Amino acid sequence: MKWLSSLVGMAILALASTAMAADVELSFYYPVAVGGPITKTIDGYAADFEKENPGIKIKAIYAGTYQDTLVKALTAFKSGEPPDVAVLLSTDMFTLIDEDAVMPFDPLLQSDADKAWAKSFYPAFMENSQTGGKTWGIPFQRSTIVMYWNKDAFKAAGLNPDKAPDNWDELVAYGQKLTKRDGSNVSQWGVEIPSTGFPYWLFQGLTTANGVRLMNDAGTETYFDKATVIEALQYWVDLSRKEKIQPTGTIEWGTTPKDFFERKTAIMWTTTGNLTNVKANAPFPFGVAMLPEHNGRGSPTGGGNFYLFKKMTAEKSAAAIKFVKWMTTPERAADWGIKTGYVAVRPDAWDTPALKQYVADFPAAAVARDQLKYAVAELSTHDNQRVTKALNDGLQAALNGTKTPEQAMKDAQQEATRILRSYK
Amino acid sequence: MGVEGDLFHEPSGEVGRLLPRSAGDAVAAASRRSNVVMSARWATNVNGWLLLLPSAVLLVTFTHYPAVATFIGSFFSTPKGARPAVFVGLDNYQAMIEDPIFWQALHNNIIYAVSTIPLTIVLALFMAVAVNAKLVGRSFMRLAFFTPTVLPMIAVANIWLFFYSPGYGLVDQVFSVFGVPAHNWLGDEHTALACLIVVAVWKDAGFFMIFYLAALQQISPNLSEAAALEGASRWYFFRRVTFPLLMPTTLFVLINAIINSFRLIDHIVVMTRGGPNNTTALLLYYIYEVGFKFWDTAFAATLTVVLLVLLAAMALGQFIFLDRRIHYQ
Repeated sequence: MKWLSSLVGMAILALASTAMAADVELSFYYPVAVGGPITKTIDGYAADFEKENPGIKIKAIYAGTYQDTLVKALTAFKSGEPPDVAVLLSTDMFTLIDEDAVMPFDPLLQSDADKAWAKSFYPAFMENSQTGGKTWGIPFQRSTIVMYWNKDAFKAAGLNPDKAPDNWDELVAYGQKLTKRDGSNVSQWGVEIPSTGFPYWLFQGLTTANGVRLMNDAGTETYFDKATVIEALQYWVDLSRKEKIQPTGTIEWGTTPKDFFERKTAIMWTTTGNLTNVKANAPFPFGVAMLPEHNGRGSPTGGGNFYLFKKMTAEKSAAAIKFVKWMTTPERAADWGIKTGYVAVRPDAWDTPALKQYVADFPAAAVARDQLKYAVAELSTHDNQRVTKALNDGLQAALNGTKTPEQAMKDAQQEATRILRSYK
Repeated sequence: MGVEGDLFHEPSGEVGRLLPRSAGDAVAAASRRSNVVMSARWATNVNGWLLLLPSAVLLVTFTHYPAVATFIGSFFSTPKGARPAVFVGLDNYQAMIEDPIFWQALHNNIIYAVSTIPLTIVLALFMAVAVNAKLVGRSFMRLAFFTPTVLPMIAVANIWLFFYSPGYGLVDQVFSVFGVPAHNWLGDEHTALACLIVVAVWKDAGFFMIFYLAALQQISPNLSEAAALEGASRWYFFRRVTFPLLMPTTLFVLINAIINSFRLIDHIVVMTRGGPNNTTALLLYYIYEVGFKFWDTAFAATLTVVLLVLLAAMALGQFIFLDRRIHYQ
């Protein structure tokens, strides 16, 4: 019977040790479909983190698109089992605050080193991460809009293939040379600025260049009907209807890169997140440039932040902050940027040998970083999705010619004011 | 005799009792053991309910309870953060009546239903008759017609997204042969909804064809031979014999088509997201937007009640009025 008692003893010991090892488990919601290279990268990070930090387990939950992940995280929160850490859109900050679902990082950052860490990110990325004097999100996978151009098409049109249009007038002038017509048909357009899904984001590439912001920092006011905003929309509409260098109607976001590869458009505006895709699929030499300037230069930022959910124990939140810090070290930010095409979120990441080498081989990767000093926050307000929908509907109506730009923006502003009245 | 009826019609776990099928045996057996039968009947009831229990639990949990909860939820405000839901009476319904996007979504949905349903049914019937004839390559045709049904709607929508691409998409390439200029099909407020209707018809027609095909194969060849002897034309035969015999299938298909036209919105999520400017927002898509993008769950519940009432009214109408005019064999 001696063997039996020793077996029981071993079992108790084993149970006790696993209980000790698994004392903190963090659930981590991440917006990607299961499978594919990004999942592998995240799994690799989680495994490395667990190795370096025994006693903390990361349970990564791959939840689909940003929208799906937000739905799942908030539903889980409402049913009493919120995620601990999640990567969600930076623009969902007000939504998450209004739902009382997330907690600010500030109380967890007491030491000077911690406070310095919170300041180590590009200020443009922090604009969508802070409100009311508190930090609610930490930048992780962030992007901006850039302009891609087809160098072969430029050459064929008699333009310098190494120089992108640098301002609004040049964009029109180049576009007219690049648009190829035969009869009533157009075989190649000058430019495409997509306008489905989230037209407001691309529109911000125009309004920022026109020196105007669409909302205040508190997310309680919008300025859709300002003259400079209407002017920016007029320019966008004119590209199609007056200058005829862009297709009329709305332009599908998802098929714009394909239009570019098929030489249907010589210039396209899209996210830096498409860089790896374009590099792999464009059958011609291409260039990447900052968005053209007008009364200024600029692009909105985009992409996802780390959020900490409420209802965590002190032990868990300590582990969570450790994890977020670990995921955003300069080396990891550089590695993540190279693997995905997102902009590395802190300046010192760009000084790492890995990223320096990458930029030396592929200079286009640095365009988004250089544009950051002109970048502004992506449109984000309280009741964010409703307000952006009001603007999106107005933009699409103007691009379709059912409303004048002035009427469309006045209607959008009126609707936004109505939605935001209870947050004043 | 009542006992006999019980023995015949109620299923029972006790196999032996069902064996004496003739009335005399049954009555004799019953009178000998009437008290046993009483308790057996009770056992039968319990047995029946236990058999029903799993599906009843599923139905109540996932269909009836949510429907009732939605109805109740439509009279309360949306809980937000620290603010709990409070009773607001008909406020949500008032807001719905004042919401122009709701009316547009409803209007879009009616156009969508009124166009997809007849088109799908006529096309399904036409295809079924075509592949029911003795043709060379019939199996291949059947397979070809059925393929769209096998594909998931998300995949179909992604394929069609590229078909509709201005310029190089399939649709424009075909039209360019006839000299029609390229058109931004999904990006134009006037054509976007029609494009989605085409996708829905293409997707569903093959599915309904299978039901029609099965029904056509059930029709006795004697009828067509008799009609041929009488000198009836093929169209006359189809109109007066085949089509009436297919009516039960048509009812089934009609109900499914109506439900689909309010239920299937996957292609909208992929292809237009309700745009441009809400011209392709169907009711269910708008409910999704309000519920899971705006997080206004109370308002979404209100819209859902309207959708439920609409669907229930249509289903009832069909069963009550159409059913009477249908000839079942």
